[in-house]
Amino acid sequence: MRFPSISRRAALRGAAATSLLAAPSILRAQPASVKLGILQPVTGALAQDGELGRLGAQLAIEAINAAGGIKSLGGAKIEMVFADARSNPEAATQEVERLQAEGVAAIVGGFASPICLAASQAAARYNLPYIVDVGVADSIVDRGLANTFRFAPGFGMFTSVAISNLAKLNEAAGKPIKTVVLVHEDGLFGAGLAKLMNTELPKIGLQVLETISHPTPARDMANVALRIRALNPDLVIPSSYYNEFVLLARTMQQQRIRPKGIYAVLNGAASNYRFVKEFPEAAANVMDCNHWYHPTNPLALAVKKQVEAAGKVMAYNVPLNYSCVGLAADAIEHAASVDRAKIITALGASTFAGHIMPYNATKFVGGQNQGAAPVNLQVQGSDIKVIFPAGFADAKPVFPVPA
Amino acid sequence: MYTPSIIAEAVVNGLLTGAVYALVALGLTLVYGVLHIINFAHGALLTCAMFAVWALSDGLGLNVYLTIPPLAVLFLCLGYGLQRWVIGPASHGDDGNTLLVTLGLSIAIENGLLAAFHADTRTLSGDAAFDVVELGPMLLSRPRLIGFGVAVLVAVLLWALLAGTDAGKAIRAVAKEKMGASLAGIDVRHIYALTFGLGCACLAVAAGLLMPTFYVNPRVGNAFVLVAFTIVVLGGMGSVPGALLGGLLIGVVESLGGLFLGESLGQAGIFVLFILVLLLRPAGLFGARA
Repeated sequence: MRFPSISRRAALRGAAATSLLAAPSILRAQPASVKLGILQPVTGALAQDGELGRLGAQLAIEAINAAGGIKSLGGAKIEMVFADARSNPEAATQEVERLQAEGVAAIVGGFASPICLAASQAAARYNLPYIVDVGVADSIVDRGLANTFRFAPGFGMFTSVAISNLAKLNEAAGKPIKTVVLVHEDGLFGAGLAKLMNTELPKIGLQVLETISHPTPARDMANVALRIRALNPDLVIPSSYYNEFVLLARTMQQQRIRPKGIYAVLNGAASNYRFVKEFPEAAANVMDCNHWYHPTNPLALAVKKQVEAAGKVMAYNVPLNYSCVGLAADAIEHAASVDRAKIITALGASTFAGHIMPYNATKFVGGQNQGAAPVNLQVQGSDIKVIFPAGFADAKPVFPVPA
Repeated sequence: MYTPSIIAEAVVNGLLTGAVYALVALGLTLVYGVLHIINFAHGALLTCAMFAVWALSDGLGLNVYLTIPPLAVLFLCLGYGLQRWVIGPASHGDDGNTLLVTLGLSIAIENGLLAAFHADTRTLSGDAAFDVVELGPMLLSRPRLIGFGVAVLVAVLLWALLAGTDAGKAIRAVAKEKMGASLAGIDVRHIYALTFGLGCACLAVAAGLLMPTFYVNPRVGNAFVLVAFTIVVLGGMGSVPGALLGGLLIGVVESLGGLFLGESLGQAGIFVLFILVLLLRPAGLFGARA
């Protein structure tokens, strides 16, 4: 086929006219938006968590834009550039390259420790600021990467807080707990935690009767429950992912195993409203030491309402990502620039207080927020309550659990 | 170290779990035995069936066991259609292509489910799941006992169908000698599709038996399919009694392994058994010698 012929001069005239017409609109345009990379695993094994993380980030961006954007950049709006980490570190690294190519000012997210480790390292090559939302592995901040910041507490902090809180809880109740069975998933997270518990629990006067590991996914928890029944411990400490813990809790209920307490550490299910809603009896009085939103912060409660209106649950991923996006925006605000070095400097000096977590004042040392701390939670009635520390608590612990 | 009652309970638990494994394996072994293809979409189809059970039971409030008959028929038709109009034509008669087509199907189904239902884990709530039957000192889960009964019944029915009916004879003829069956006037494409449909119907039944005590998310089928492959090879590729007994055996080995070696290492028991069978009886426990 032939194209209708246009002379070169006519084409040039047309181009010139278009550019003249276009030019004034560029001059009067809004300040260029600030691109923010949001990296979450929304497909693959971790998709459930990734979706919640994305929701938190999205709500934060909407709120920041509705409040006038980044004021030091003339009210520039934040534009989300979403990247799917596909539940594995390789894909996350590829996506960081793409975010780099799209020119994002910073990246927030990652969720799982392996993803956070790989993605923050890939971002470090471009001096691209990276804010870890959840990843608890201590190696994430121990590598000395200048671009990597973690707003939430890490593994070491979790275990020491969890164990000292357990000791206090036991003390206050008149030491009803003497024996413990540990149930853990056999990956890096569960096995590492179990090993630590095995050395730390005897120091607070608790005897570990047995350490039971299980794979993920596990098809059946009947045997684990059987062994717990045979050992008859005062306390069960599980560290598994959502589905396995739900199976275990259901099987324990079915087998009428009722220890004086279930004290989970960083457990996917023990602080998840879905579990509480679907299996109120199995979930009753389960305790957890985990990330959680500030239960009396009005902004946190407003976000919770929004999340529930969207038909989702307020798992910890939502407030953490909400807060981390806020932290990123606050740093860009203070940097008054999208220059990466300036944003990193601003993050390092951040005293961000607009978050919705039960944390003390934000202060980064070596990339780790020193104000962060986990809280103790307990399923009470149909709700999840903060029972420790007293400063943030909205309920008293039910411990030991009445038989 | 454990009291005899705990060991007995572990064995019974293993048998109950193994029966449902067997049902999943039954579909796989049937398809392999007749079509001589390894159906990689088996896990994804199981997930599909579990979502269907969940939707009917949670959405429409049907009793979970009442969803089994209509879903079995639906999945029979679905499987028939898949083989007749998708897998068969797309593979152009080459087994290598079939492998890729079923693999592609599994990816498409899994991601379709992900798009439709998101990655959330769903469970059927309800008190029925917590019912127990007390048998001496043992507390046995009622849904699992029902699962065991139905799984054995389905295996027997399937065996009777293959042994006693004309369709069964045709299926066996095609399995033995495709060309000969075709010359004798059997429509091979129809029999292939029918067999695939029967395999899918087994999955629908298994899904109905699993849902009261298990959860569903778009990737859940994979947890069962690896073990089903093991059972198929263990029992003898294409053998119905082999799949049933293989499933029960695997269930017990897994359960006892879990009790004595820990859940993580207990899984190793399955594969040690698997390697032993391959070494000593390469055709499987019930497989015909090649």
